[in-house]
Amino acid sequence: MAKKKMQGAEIVIEALKEQGVTEIFGYPGGAVLPLYDAIFNQNAIRHILVRQEGGAVHAAEGYARSTGKVGVVLVTSGPGATNAVTGLTDALMDSIPIVCLTGQVPTHLIGNDAFQECDTTGITRPCTKHNYLVKDVNDLAAVVHEAFHVARSGRPGPVVIDLPKDVVMALGNYQEAGTAAAEKYSPRIKGDQSAIAEAVRLLGQAKKPIIYAGGGVINSGPKASKLLNDLVKLTGAPCTLTLMGLGAYPASDKQFVGMLGMHGTYEANLAMHDCDVMLCVGARFDDRITGRLDAFSPGSKKIHIDIDPSSINKNVPVDVPIVGDVGSVLADIVRKWKAAKPKQDKAALKKWWGQIDQWRARKCLAFEQKGEIIKPQHAIRRLFELTQGRETFITTEVGQHQMWAAQYYNFDKPNHWMTSGGLGTMGYGLPAAMGVQIAHPDALVVDIAGEASTLMNIQEMSTIAQYRLPVKVFILNNEYMGMVRQWQELLHGGRYSESYMESLPDFVKLAESFHAAGLRATKASELDDVIKEMLAIDGPVIADIAIDKAENCFPMIPSGAAHNEMLLGPNDKADKPISEEGMVLV
Amino acid sequence: MSEPSKEVNRHTIAVLVDNEPGVLARVIGLFSGRGYNIESLTVAETDHAAGLSRITIVTTGTPMIIEQIKAQLGRLVPVHKVRDLTLDGPYVERELALVKVVGKGEKRVESLRIADTFRARAVDSSNNSFVFEIVGAASKIDAFIELMQPLGLTEVSRTGAAAISRGNKAI
Ligand SMILES: Cc1cc2nc3c(=O)[nH]c(=O)nc-3n(C[C@H](O)[C@H](O)[C@H](O)COP(=O)(O)OP(=O)(O)OC[C@H]3O[C@@H](n4cnc5c(N)ncnc54)[C@H](O)[C@@H]3O)c2cc1C
Ligand SMILES: Cc1ncc(C[n+]2csc(CCOP(=O)(O)OP(=O)(O)O)c2C)c(N)n1
Ligand SMILES: [Mg+2]
Repeated sequence: MAKKKMQGAEIVIEALKEQGVTEIFGYPGGAVLPLYDAIFNQNAIRHILVRQEGGAVHAAEGYARSTGKVGVVLVTSGPGATNAVTGLTDALMDSIPIVCLTGQVPTHLIGNDAFQECDTTGITRPCTKHNYLVKDVNDLAAVVHEAFHVARSGRPGPVVIDLPKDVVMALGNYQEAGTAAAEKYSPRIKGDQSAIAEAVRLLGQAKKPIIYAGGGVINSGPKASKLLNDLVKLTGAPCTLTLMGLGAYPASDKQFVGMLGMHGTYEANLAMHDCDVMLCVGARFDDRITGRLDAFSPGSKKIHIDIDPSSINKNVPVDVPIVGDVGSVLADIVRKWKAAKPKQDKAALKKWWGQIDQWRARKCLAFEQKGEIIKPQHAIRRLFELTQGRETFITTEVGQHQMWAAQYYNFDKPNHWMTSGGLGTMGYGLPAAMGVQIAHPDALVVDIAGEASTLMNIQEMSTIAQYRLPVKVFILNNEYMGMVRQWQELLHGGRYSESYMESLPDFVKLAESFHAAGLRATKASELDDVIKEMLAIDGPVIADIAIDKAENCFPMIPSGAAHNEMLLGPNDKADKPISEEGMVLV
Repeated sequence: MSEPSKEVNRHTIAVLVDNEPGVLARVIGLFSGRGYNIESLTVAETDHAAGLSRITIVTTGTPMIIEQIKAQLGRLVPVHKVRDLTLDGPYVERELALVKVVGKGEKRVESLRIADTFRARAVDSSNNSFVFEIVGAASKIDAFIELMQPLGLTEVSRTGAAAISRGNKAI
């Protein structure tokens, strides 16, 4: 027995190692210096020094989403912890597994307004899946193990461990990861078999089925994507994906009808509206998807697979709820389908596809690149085409460019698309790209960015330089907060209040000052060369692409409208005024 | 799926939680953060050996909101069990109140008479005041307080509901 006692900080590092951690993103300060000592004394875990703690959390999110592992963050007390709050909230909204270690003042000073003290567990309680304040060094190892278990199990999310300085300096016992955490917290994995049988029956009888899948498929892992693929093929149903689900089903497949929702395709949204059986797989009926709730897919039977019971019947009442892991439930559905061999109404399905093809024929994503002004859609399309054949990961900032990336860059594989969906955090993409590149050193990582968002975490260019990360920042520069400008144009009488940015930096020089290459395209004829040059450079690049400043994102379902009241283009707006109820929505 | 019911009902929910710091803040924060009602909330440790506390929450909402409340409570890590006593069958609900009534003469006599019919006990008295202890359903306590109003009611302290299912089944 009598094992050698270890210092708290060493216990933490040891527990991280046992959890398989190889990288952590962090920023030091007084309260965490003992932990930085412990990091200094070992080689198994690499610490990536960011330039602001918010960047650390987004980097960990990119790392986690692109690998399926838990992303790990280390920040100091007080301002270090508060700077992490946006990232934690982002991870909570998008179900990203994160463990964030925060320093804290010593236990005897807690509550005294001590230097750099803040109530970290209080502040982060509503923006984490769970949090801990460790008061006894002998609890440290068990808490770290439990935190990883909670972060990655069930619906993944961020977990904070607040570490008072005296606790990480005290001597205590290490405890190996056992089964305690799993006994304490064990979300349901396997779905209810009778509900699954009912789902198979409904799908088998459907005349106008649709499969609507989301981020939960990505959370469940690549096996779930494979099973989704099998089920779509078996049923012959069209498949649509949410913004968070892109890549869960191959965009290049003919049964894929595109993204759905506010900026989704005409065919996806109308198919959702008109279907008779909807299978929702790991998606949460977000308001960006449903539009006006009372007009959402009024005639359909709805089946919903979700690991989190609180996602079910939250916004939209469903007929067949199935609580469980996407991978496990899909495997059961596929197995039951194969056994039951349902007699489908082939004629009805054919008619359904005929209808879908008519909607497709509207070509809602068509655009025209003529003249020298670069259309953003064209820029994304060319980026997509010129990056084929390379292992490419795309992150985005938030705004119009994000939607164009979702619409015009096609994803065939899961875990290659990282975007801030639920919180919509500008400044996510650059640090997230950094995290992805750390996890995939040899891959191509591109942040599709807006000029306004890029400035929100531009300091991370310095991290990118320090670790020689060949991240490419592809800025669709419209000199506007484009998405804000678009709403002002469509909903606020063209009053472009504070959405224009004066005195933007020269992004080429900015890149150079951060030891990166800076490129610029201002004419359509320059675009391909700039993209090719960007891809050829073996280091970080900022490519500043001057795009059409007036371009808007279409299709668009204005807030408060129903799916079949979609705006397809700029000429559509006049005859469809936006309701007052719609105006108050975001 | 047919239109869900919009009828607002009162539900008594029992929640078994780990007795650890922050757990009450988590539950209360959930209600305030998501805009749910709390009519009353009672909490105390109920199993010292297992380190468990029981929270009894009385809330109101449509069936969809009540379902959300239970699902949201259920996904908190320190929460072990969530039971909707109102839905799960017959249950007993009790609340205790201490009611201070100040007065003299006929009013004082009348307050005692009413207390007697409500089986409230005087747990403190001075020559011009009583403190009554009354136990019962919230509605009974409401009625008692109302009757005491004209008789010199000056102060009320209520515990909120404690509730448990009837019969031999445990939570
Ligand atoms: C400017 C802007 C515009 C947007 N426009 C659109 C749009 O047009 N279309 C669109 O789709 N989105 C859009 N979004 C994103 C939107 O806000 C939501 O983030 C997104 O729709 C949610 O995706 P999801 O439903 O797949 O859920 P996620 O947020 O990915 O949630 C996943 C769900 O799956 C469940 N789950 C997790 N793991 C598992 C598992 N292992 N097994 C089973 N279930 C699991 C979770 O409990 C959760 O319910 C936009 C965002 C921004 C910022
Ligand atoms: C941190 C944060 N602040 C404000 C917003 C609101 N917002 C959404 S999109 C947007 C403009 C983004 O501009 P830009 O990055 O240039 O992208 P564009 O829409 O022009 O492509 C703003 C301000 C936000 N999403 N995040
Ligand atoms: Mg812009």
